[in-house]
Amino acid sequence: MQKLLLITVALVAVCAAGISTPWLQFALTLAIAKGFAALGVAVLLRAGLISIGHAMFFAIGAYSVAFLGRDLGLSDFVGLLVGATFISALSGVIIGAFMVRYRAIFFAMLNLAVSMVLFSLLSKLYSYTGGTDGMRVASPTFFGIAAAEQTIDLILFLTTVLLIPAVGLIVNAYLKSPLGHSLSAVHTNEVRLAYLSVPVGGILMVAYTLSAALAGLGGAIAALAIGHVLPEMAYWTESGHLILVAVLGGVGGVAGPFIGSTFLELTHTVAAGITDSWSMIVGIALLVVIFFLPNGLFGLFNPKRKERAI
Amino acid sequence: MLQILIPILVDALANAALIFFVAVGLTLVFSVLRILNVAHGSFYSIGAYAAASLGLWIIGSGLPAWLTFPSLLVSAALVAGIFGPAIERTIVRWTYGKSEAVQILVTFGLFLILEDLQRIVFGVNSLYEDTPMGLLGSVTFGGVVYLNYQLLLIGLAILTIVGLKFLIGHTRLGRLIAAVVADREMSQAMGINTDRVFMIAFTLGIFLAALGGALATPTSGVTPGLGADTMVLAFAVAAIGGLGRIEGAAVAALIVAVARVLAIYYLPALDAVAPYIVMLVVLLIRPYGLFGSVAARRI
Repeated sequence: MQKLLLITVALVAVCAAGISTPWLQFALTLAIAKGFAALGVAVLLRAGLISIGHAMFFAIGAYSVAFLGRDLGLSDFVGLLVGATFISALSGVIIGAFMVRYRAIFFAMLNLAVSMVLFSLLSKLYSYTGGTDGMRVASPTFFGIAAAEQTIDLILFLTTVLLIPAVGLIVNAYLKSPLGHSLSAVHTNEVRLAYLSVPVGGILMVAYTLSAALAGLGGAIAALAIGHVLPEMAYWTESGHLILVAVLGGVGGVAGPFIGSTFLELTHTVAAGITDSWSMIVGIALLVVIFFLPNGLFGLFNPKRKERAI
Repeated sequence: MLQILIPILVDALANAALIFFVAVGLTLVFSVLRILNVAHGSFYSIGAYAAASLGLWIIGSGLPAWLTFPSLLVSAALVAGIFGPAIERTIVRWTYGKSEAVQILVTFGLFLILEDLQRIVFGVNSLYEDTPMGLLGSVTFGGVVYLNYQLLLIGLAILTIVGLKFLIGHTRLGRLIAAVVADREMSQAMGINTDRVFMIAFTLGIFLAALGGALATPTSGVTPGLGADTMVLAFAVAAIGGLGRIEGAAVAALIVAVARVLAIYYLPALDAVAPYIVMLVVLLIRPYGLFGSVAARRI
């Protein structure tokens, strides 16, 4: 009950902040979009799998929105989000079918390889993807109604905020289910699961697809918010940032990645006015969190949890 | 036919030589410390910046131009000397024996810090310093012009392979390294100072990366973002060859370079994709790389 209250207060506070300050609204939309992707990374981290390539699904989600709008003429807001998430999930199934056979460094590196293939293709296939210039994303319509730009941004922001509890509940239910619990079992002792005739491949397949869908949803939101998609969305440093956000926030609960990304985005906004050595600050913060706060920022709010970020 | 083939081969070999230096450094660090150093590419670009700055300074202050050759080596040694022991002692040391996730994240944090550090120290402009290449000139052979500098790179790469093999196989230090790679605990029990071996191996790895960067400056200059690009390329090469394999890194560098050069000659649009496609295909068929031995998988 107390928790529910805390979540509601936090969401209302975010809403109020976004509505009252327009520049914050964009920053928050983007932060939450990255939060979804980081949540996807966090799901895999539970199984001890670290993917240095998850930005590819973020990019797939973003480019799906651009392609759906340009080539299929789809402009409906809900349709775009659902379509992009579905395409990302589908890519997750296909890529995941190969990935779940690998563990540890090999998993990390194969994801990296696939994401770099995607990045290179996006930046080189100029005639389809606009190359390094990226693609413009047309403004969406809402159930057939075209709206002014500010209204679109506001609706996008509110939808994004509302998606947090909606998606969060689903992911939370998944993580609390036997299917979700077996993720940490894979992490601790995979052989034992095999002896118990638990299908490890299937468990990881579900997790991989879910994480791809989450990253894709984040990418789709980002594409709509920015109005432009770029190949850099799939670059490996972006994947690194997603892991960073997940660990910074803590993977102990669904809220962690969102706390991490919002915290990071807000600090960025503040720090941008003071210094331009942003990467250095983030890098140092990351080292501090890893060495001194292994539960992430989320662990600060939730000291009971023992699940470690990494 | 030969008219095309030989230039392609020389191009590929010179290209391979440059990738080899970084990749072999990455592979060395991985095999000794069991750490995948995501910040490895940063040392390549720091080495490149240091070499270009030093070279420009030499030319600018009127010193003899041949000094730019030793300056390549000196700058790589400087980078390794400054960063190697310091970073190993303060940061990398805490990740030994931890999960891959921790190691990748810590080195990623290091990567972020180093990227900004370069920007602060060297600025955001591209640097070009090609005196060494100009000094060496070119040779014409069978109607085709070859840059002598490219041939020098190939020679240096071969020298490095031989040198590393000699170091590992025939010196005291090399035997210590080999012992630590084979069994860390046992070698510690036998009284080997593993901390020191780790530090030396890490510094050597950084030296190789910085040397690759320094040697690359005369041909391609140095621009911001080089470190991140090099990192993935070195990753790809090290993974194809099998992490921890010196000769694997050499063969993989060659394969990647040939793939790249072929792509440039025949399918220019795909030149950047070529290394990753090779990596993908190799890893899907042989996850431990071409030369990697199958480690006991947990399941």
